Amino acid sequence: MRRLAIGGRIDRSQQIEFTFDGRAITGFRGDTLASALLANGVRLVGRSFKYHRPRGIYSAGPEEPNALVTLGTGGRREPNRAATTVELAEGLVAESQNRWPSLNFDAQGINGLFAPFLSAGFYYKTFMGPTRRAWMFYEHFIRKAAGLGRAGEEPDPDRYDVRHLFADVAVVGSGPAGLSAALAAGGAGARVVLIEQDFAPGGSLLSDPADAESVAWLSGMFARLAEMPNVSLMTRTTAFGAYDGNVLGLVERHGSGTADPKQGQARQTLLLLRAKSIVYASGALERPLTFANNDRPGIMLASAARVYLNRFAVLAGTRVVVATDNDSAYRAAFDLAAAGAEVTIADGRAEPIHELLEQARRRGIAVRTKSRIANALGSRSVRAVTLSEPGGPATVKCDLVAVSGGWSATVHLTSHLGVKPVYREDMRTFVPGKLGAGLFVAGAVTGGFTRGGSIEEGHRAGAEASAFCGIAKSVQQPVGLELTEIDAGSHDNSLSASLRSAPLPHFVRAHDGSHTVCPEHHRPDRSEERWFANRTRAGDEKGAKFAAGKAFADLQMDVTTQDIALAHREGYESVEHLKRYTTLGMGTDQGKTSNFHALSAMAGLRSMAVPEVGTTTFRPPYTPVAIGALAGRSIGHHYKPIRRTPMHDWHVANGAEMLEGGLWMRPWFYRASGRDVNEAYVAEMRLVREAAGLMDISTLGKIDVQGSDAAEFLDRVYVNAFAKLPVGRARYGIMLRDDGVVFDDGTTSRLGERHFFMTTSTAKAADVMSRLEFLLDTAWPDLRVSVTSVTDEWAAMSVAGPNSRDILAAAFPDLDISNEALPHMGLLEEKYRDRRLRIIRLSFSGEWAYEIYVGASLGTEVWCRLMEAGAPFGLKPYGVEALGTLRIEKGHVAGPEIDGRTTLDDLGLGRMVGKRSGYVGEVLGRRAAFSDPTRPRLVGLRGVEPGRQLHAGAILFRPGEPMQGHGLGRITSATYSPTLDVWVGLGLLARESAVEGAEIVAAYPITGQTVRARVVSPIFLDPKGERLHG
Amino acid sequence: MLRIECPCCGPRDHDEFRYGGDASANRPAYDDPDFEAWYRYVFVRENPAGLHREYWQHVIGCRQWLVVERDTRSHAIASILFARETRA
Repeated sequence: MRRLAIGGRIDRSQQIEFTFDGRAITGFRGDTLASALLANGVRLVGRSFKYHRPRGIYSAGPEEPNALVTLGTGGRREPNRAATTVELAEGLVAESQNRWPSLNFDAQGINGLFAPFLSAGFYYKTFMGPTRRAWMFYEHFIRKAAGLGRAGEEPDPDRYDVRHLFADVAVVGSGPAGLSAALAAGGAGARVVLIEQDFAPGGSLLSDPADAESVAWLSGMFARLAEMPNVSLMTRTTAFGAYDGNVLGLVERHGSGTADPKQGQARQTLLLLRAKSIVYASGALERPLTFANNDRPGIMLASAARVYLNRFAVLAGTRVVVATDNDSAYRAAFDLAAAGAEVTIADGRAEPIHELLEQARRRGIAVRTKSRIANALGSRSVRAVTLSEPGGPATVKCDLVAVSGGWSATVHLTSHLGVKPVYREDMRTFVPGKLGAGLFVAGAVTGGFTRGGSIEEGHRAGAEASAFCGIAKSVQQPVGLELTEIDAGSHDNSLSASLRSAPLPHFVRAHDGSHTVCPEHHRPDRSEERWFANRTRAGDEKGAKFAAGKAFADLQMDVTTQDIALAHREGYESVEHLKRYTTLGMGTDQGKTSNFHALSAMAGLRSMAVPEVGTTTFRPPYTPVAIGALAGRSIGHHYKPIRRTPMHDWHVANGAEMLEGGLWMRPWFYRASGRDVNEAYVAEMRLVREAAGLMDISTLGKIDVQGSDAAEFLDRVYVNAFAKLPVGRARYGIMLRDDGVVFDDGTTSRLGERHFFMTTSTAKAADVMSRLEFLLDTAWPDLRVSVTSVTDEWAAMSVAGPNSRDILAAAFPDLDISNEALPHMGLLEEKYRDRRLRIIRLSFSGEWAYEIYVGASLGTEVWCRLMEAGAPFGLKPYGVEALGTLRIEKGHVAGPEIDGRTTLDDLGLGRMVGKRSGYVGEVLGRRAAFSDPTRPRLVGLRGVEPGRQLHAGAILFRPGEPMQGHGLGRITSATYSPTLDVWVGLGLLARESAVEGAEIVAAYPITGQTVRARVVSPIFLDPKGERLHG
Repeated sequence: MLRIECPCCGPRDHDEFRYGGDASANRPAYDDPDFEAWYRYVFVRENPAGLHREYWQHVIGCRQWLVVERDTRSHAIASILFARETRA
């Protein structure tokens, strides 16, 4: 393994320093982490998932199953990154994974000896069988031994962005087909986004020798595309998912030249690309071969060996065995031989085409036909292979094995929307199924593996895609590569069509002017599939004896051919079962290299054809996406919007402990009231009961209802009548859902004959608003009513307590707030500094109280005015905790009781309806099931054990009854009552047990406490309402 | 990701909308006392594999309730009307 002195697409003038397991290594600009490791002789890069077997670099792209590393340190630590997709950057810190104490000496390699216990279905059997108890003991060791990299525990210091992007035509993949599609669509005038996951565009062309014709073609294409301002090329950008409405999920990694982003730069950007049309030119991935010890370092895909050689100028071995079942690997063999390697080709086929053999002979390559690898020798690095041949086994020494088991079209994105891929028998690959309108495919993803065909197809797809967007203009097709050599200057469609449909070998001119075979298409046969199936069967028969020579179907998940046979034997035959039983394809690589062979093996075992067995479901993401990128900037306090009331800053400045309720921030309690919430709320309750408290209620939903039918509308949406409500009065109202369950409650006041002011609970404000709009738009469009949310327009506060009238009078000395002018449930509409001021006398706490509404911008001013005027009367602010407990004493229901399950009768509010009809929820609210005696009923609960706390959520039982199941009901709200010096609560208790005076046991399973309580009226305080009316 | 062409605001992402259920269910008149009719309206639903008429409200926009005809198999949207127009 060494770096060649010349060649490749690396910049030797720019050295890049990085570390691997602490060792300082130098690479070049243009390297991937994998190529730089190979160039420096690093062959062993990790240990495998289950058996801790030594693993090396297997591929040169996103399909990499083995070379997973952890990048970065501290909060930037990112595990399980494929070294083959990591662009080398200055200061990169990479670490091997799943090894202890070191990569070279791994103590858990011994897991391999326990292999029989770690076979398919291991976890299932352990959980389900008699070994379940033992699991408790050894789970810890297993969990520690198996697995991949470990994430960091510190927060990620980097920023991630989210962008929305729009295009006429999106092209996925910048190989020959993609470039050609982008040129056609861009030339026609469409807005084109060309997406490439690599940091260099060019796709498969990048693996050609740097002096080849394809290089000239590539630079010509880049030059033409660069002239088009309507075409943007996005490199380092993976299209990881296809979604409805032609939306592609993209993640862009920012290449800043350093391992970590620079100041102010995002590490990654998530893009949602909405395209009118999409061309998928996603190419194909090479498949491996299956043989004993096929996971040894030094074994890699033939295409990868060629990429390392031609793109990165790394000769991955000097004695190479190229094992193949198709023509494509000959390309790698020829290039490796040209670079000076000693190459042997083991071709599993009986008769490779003559031209290929001839070419190989001329290059001094020995070709062995009907020859396939049976076993690889060597442990931390391959040193020889045993070939199985008609004349008996043969051993060939080597330091690199380049394998090719055919090609699989990259059908992931085209399958994400549920379009099942279909099998193309002639090319032995699944290809995209029938796609929806505006979606096109071109190139190797169609199963056609010729470059000329790809360019032609890309051009046509690009033109069709732009035409689909209504942009049709004929564009000159780019001059093809091999195509021109076959029939110079001609773009005869029938010729190219025949090339696509019958991918026979064709000739290109070599540099010496002679013709040479271009083995780019794979001319597959089925020998590998048959052999794999046979081997799987053999494994089945021989059982554990195979342990000495595991043949891996899935390298990343350590799934062997034996595991597949076991799954088959135990009845897990469907591919979806096979996947879950053996974990095949469930690694971070999602089985990109392994799935096809495993499906074929299962097909073989079941004596079925591959398409009958089918594929597992392809789901996004195509390659792993960092959670940070998906979260974008929606982290920490940006996770959701925050709503602040107009008086928010005052609360914070005056020692309020704030509490999130939905999106709102509300004062929970004020620190001046007590050391903690338990102390504070009791003090704040006393304050309201004995003097007066001021509470910010701006969060209530506020809806302005206007129109000639406004009263009729309210009569229909509330269970109680509003039509006869006099102007200047307010009324408490309850709404039901259509199914008769209580929806929300609130107070609505009448400002004029056709004008009402509705309030809703904080939690249901948006739902109520939307529901009112729904009814007006869909059910009763004949009603002349308009509803407008005015929640944010009004600041609202409540002054409650025996001193509240004196405080209001002191704050607004010009207003007449006498009992006559402003009775209970009365409304005053006045002005404050030329702005509207609404005062409604109503009470939630049971005390004499007023709600004061003023324009949001005057909220703090009016609040401060009340605080100032109220000071001599003992006025202090109180928070939601006290608000919630004051109403318990008064028996007012709120969110914990109106929980989407309770009816009017459950809550004891049935009397509000009277004999009315024609309101929402009426008919279904009279369902027989709602009068069942086991339905709950709102009750008061009074603790009978002094000092012992009642807990909301406690389950209610009859004394002496076994405490099991859901009991007879539950406590919904509970508080210590300073007025009564006892714990009280509201509860929902089965009607038949809701007898006042009965004793009940409240069990609180979270702390294991049981407390006795007595069933009482839910109104603990002032049942006659004398405090309200004075 | 659905894109809904709001007749008022133009094409918008579905996360600007609130789903409102089956629009083919017939809501009885507000004073209709027929239990069966309400029962069917609230609880009985077709589950078509194909075109489905459904309500969507453009909550982060014009706040209009719309009737959208959506294919449940492909999410393709066939038509979009203001709910008020369908009732006129």
